[in-house]
Amino acid sequence: MNVHVTFASRSSRAGMALCAVAFVALIAAPAWGGRDDLQLLSEMYCYVALASLWNLLAGYAGLVSVGQQAYVGLGAYILFAFAILAGMPPLAAIALAGIISAAVAVPVSGLVFRLRGHYFAIGTWIVAEVFRLTASQVSVLGGGSGTSLPAALIIAIAPSRQLRDFIEYWVALALVGAVLLLIVLLLRSRYGLALKAIRDSELAATCNGIDVRRTKILVYIVTAGAAAMIGAFIFLQRLRISPDAAFSVNDWTAFVIFITVIGGIGRIEGPIVGTIVFFALRQTLADLGTFYLLMLGAVAIAVMLAAPKGIWGLVVEKLGWQIFPLERRVIADGSTVAGNAAKT
Amino acid sequence: MEVRAGEAVAVIGANGAGKSTLLKSIAGLLPSRPDAITFAGEPIGGLPAHAVAARGIALVPEGRGLFASLSVEENLLIGGQLNRPGPWNLSSIYDLFPVLGERHAMPSTALSGGQQQMAAIARGLMANPKLLLCDEISLGLAPIVVRDIYTRLPTILSAGISLVLVEQDVVQALKAVQRVYCLQEGRVALAGAAKDLTRETIAAAYFGV
Amino acid sequence: MTDWINVILQGVLVGGLYAMFAAGLSLIFGVMRLVNIAHGDLIVLAAYLALVATQTLGIGPLVSLLIVVPLMAAVGYALQRLILNRTLGEDLLPPLLVTFGLSVIIQNGLLALFTADDRKLQAGAIEVATVRLFEGVYVGLLPLLQFAVAVAVIAALQFVFYRTALGRAFRATADSPEVARLMGLDNRHVFALAMALSLAVVAIAGVFLAIRADFDPSIGPARLIFGFEAVIIGGLGSLWGTFAGGLVLGVAQAIGAHINPGWQILAGHIAFLVILAVRPEGLFAKGRA
Repeated sequence: MNVHVTFASRSSRAGMALCAVAFVALIAAPAWGGRDDLQLLSEMYCYVALASLWNLLAGYAGLVSVGQQAYVGLGAYILFAFAILAGMPPLAAIALAGIISAAVAVPVSGLVFRLRGHYFAIGTWIVAEVFRLTASQVSVLGGGSGTSLPAALIIAIAPSRQLRDFIEYWVALALVGAVLLLIVLLLRSRYGLALKAIRDSELAATCNGIDVRRTKILVYIVTAGAAAMIGAFIFLQRLRISPDAAFSVNDWTAFVIFITVIGGIGRIEGPIVGTIVFFALRQTLADLGTFYLLMLGAVAIAVMLAAPKGIWGLVVEKLGWQIFPLERRVIADGSTVAGNAAKT
Repeated sequence: MEVRAGEAVAVIGANGAGKSTLLKSIAGLLPSRPDAITFAGEPIGGLPAHAVAARGIALVPEGRGLFASLSVEENLLIGGQLNRPGPWNLSSIYDLFPVLGERHAMPSTALSGGQQQMAAIARGLMANPKLLLCDEISLGLAPIVVRDIYTRLPTILSAGISLVLVEQDVVQALKAVQRVYCLQEGRVALAGAAKDLTRETIAAAYFGV
Repeated sequence: MTDWINVILQGVLVGGLYAMFAAGLSLIFGVMRLVNIAHGDLIVLAAYLALVATQTLGIGPLVSLLIVVPLMAAVGYALQRLILNRTLGEDLLPPLLVTFGLSVIIQNGLLALFTADDRKLQAGAIEVATVRLFEGVYVGLLPLLQFAVAVAVIAALQFVFYRTALGRAFRATADSPEVARLMGLDNRHVFALAMALSLAVVAIAGVFLAIRADFDPSIGPARLIFGFEAVIIGGLGSLWGTFAGGLVLGVAQAIGAHINPGWQILAGHIAFLVILAVRPEGLFAKGRA
């Protein structure tokens, strides 16, 4: 009997084709969308990226962090520091923010990995608080009240406002594309198999010679660097930074977690679906102010209790769809019925 | 299968025959149909474990399951926390197992394997059950220790309770009970009075040959 | 010299409050391995309940404890029975996410009801009364009372945990919920009682927090973090260790604040991180963490 292993399935081939079409349409968005549309889309891209990174941490590596705002804020502050103090072009500073933050994540992981499970979660939060309080002591960047990017640096990106909008939009799209590609490649690599094994049973993974700790630390560092780049971009677009905004647990962790849980944790598609739902709710209910957040919390609890795999989890269960070809499928004899080898 | 009031019954069978599953189902740790198990004329299959315990069924779990952060006496007190009336209390337990009385203040983990098994049985008795279920009490113990524990069974039975022993150690179990059920792949393969069963009939039911 | 004695003394007295934040947290972690992210917000909720009680009934904040403590205990029992019990299991994500959602709900619910304005409970003359310990060293009567209450709360929890049938049930269920069920203990009920006890302590902590300083709906998460730091500094599995952890945190914050007012909270976090780096099992751990 001939057996071969493939990632693709019929729905994933259709899904990837659909993705390609959507991607082209999104690249062309400056041609069909107004300024507000582009800004809304950029913001959505940032949340898709942050939620996907949190999903990689919590849904795949079992690292439930409530402190990702540490790296969002750190990246933003690195961009502002290099742009304001050294006159570095902001777009170049985005990349630098990623590298420096990943480097900072190395010693931080040494500390927070001493805590397990729930305690790890709160430990990451404390690290974020330390970053926030430290940032508010840096007087050259405005201390507790924050600072703005000088106009000259902004104009250096592109002379006209419209072109700047376009460039920033494409940077956002490139960032989210890069984050998703990174995650897909990581999950398809040998680390991806290790992560699946860890997710299914950490003990069994250890027994099978997978260095669980190293794999987890790698994921932690990679997500830190990527989150920092997203953070740097978000605050480049906002032009203003303050410690409370940059290290906000609500904006960069609570919303991100709710998006992931509602969309479907442990699946690539989850954060994308979750972001769409989150923004649809926000656009229609934002007038309600605090009641909107109250409802969001209630919806997240309801989803966790009633459908812990989220919206996309239900879709997979009922319809068997998957867009991203991630699960290894064993095909025997070229038959049309594919056994799903890595299904969890 | 049935167990009558005041009777001792052994359930034997090979590994995986469903003996522990049977006991856990009776005790309510595993779900079963409400009418699949009746006790004193009432269906109890659908009840949760704590409600089954309140009706007077105590399970001495396989591997003893003593509470590690509790002392010996505290383990016994947890066993008796339902306050069911009956002959068993701390002093009658310490008469039956004097070594537990000597070591009542020790952490339960400080006991030897045999003493831990005694403590687990004692903890079950503290509930003053009408039916005591014992899962593999000889597991991992030296034969002399097993004999020591089995010599206490008549005293326990004389208080009028029913007893179900699940055992791999068939010889030991047969001496202690009136009737035997032999399970094979979840079904009763053989049933009869302990004195009527020969080694051959048991072997046949045991291995399905 | 007396300057520093005062600083450390203030730190120790605040530390008692942190120990109360921590005790409820460590109690439910010990019994059911649950870390309640909404713990700090529940402390703030208790403060608002006391505010409403004092305003509508015209009673003092200390008297309001008679209402707030049983009320919060009831909230805890219901919360555990109706929601949190359904999240317990092998997977640690559900309890974390659900309590996180709860935290957002409580914060925004309080914001909608009471606005973001600073509030404070007025305790009257006791607030300004001081006691002279010796030359140059004075302590407020209120912080002293609060510290005494903290000691009493820890002692009471210690007694309940190690000397009563309820405490035995907590420890047995923590060891093995399945075997505990065989003894007739309904673990859903036991867990709910643990949460009720935890929130009773939360209520006491919340009322003292509200007498001592201004509060608003957003300050909960910081209280959770202080409580958590005290638990880890003290070491898991020991109530008096948790108490000592609260004092260490309080003193670290007081020293930081004395050097530079902006460093108060940061100094506490740094003390926590240093202990995590040097002695991750905590200062007063019983055995392994």
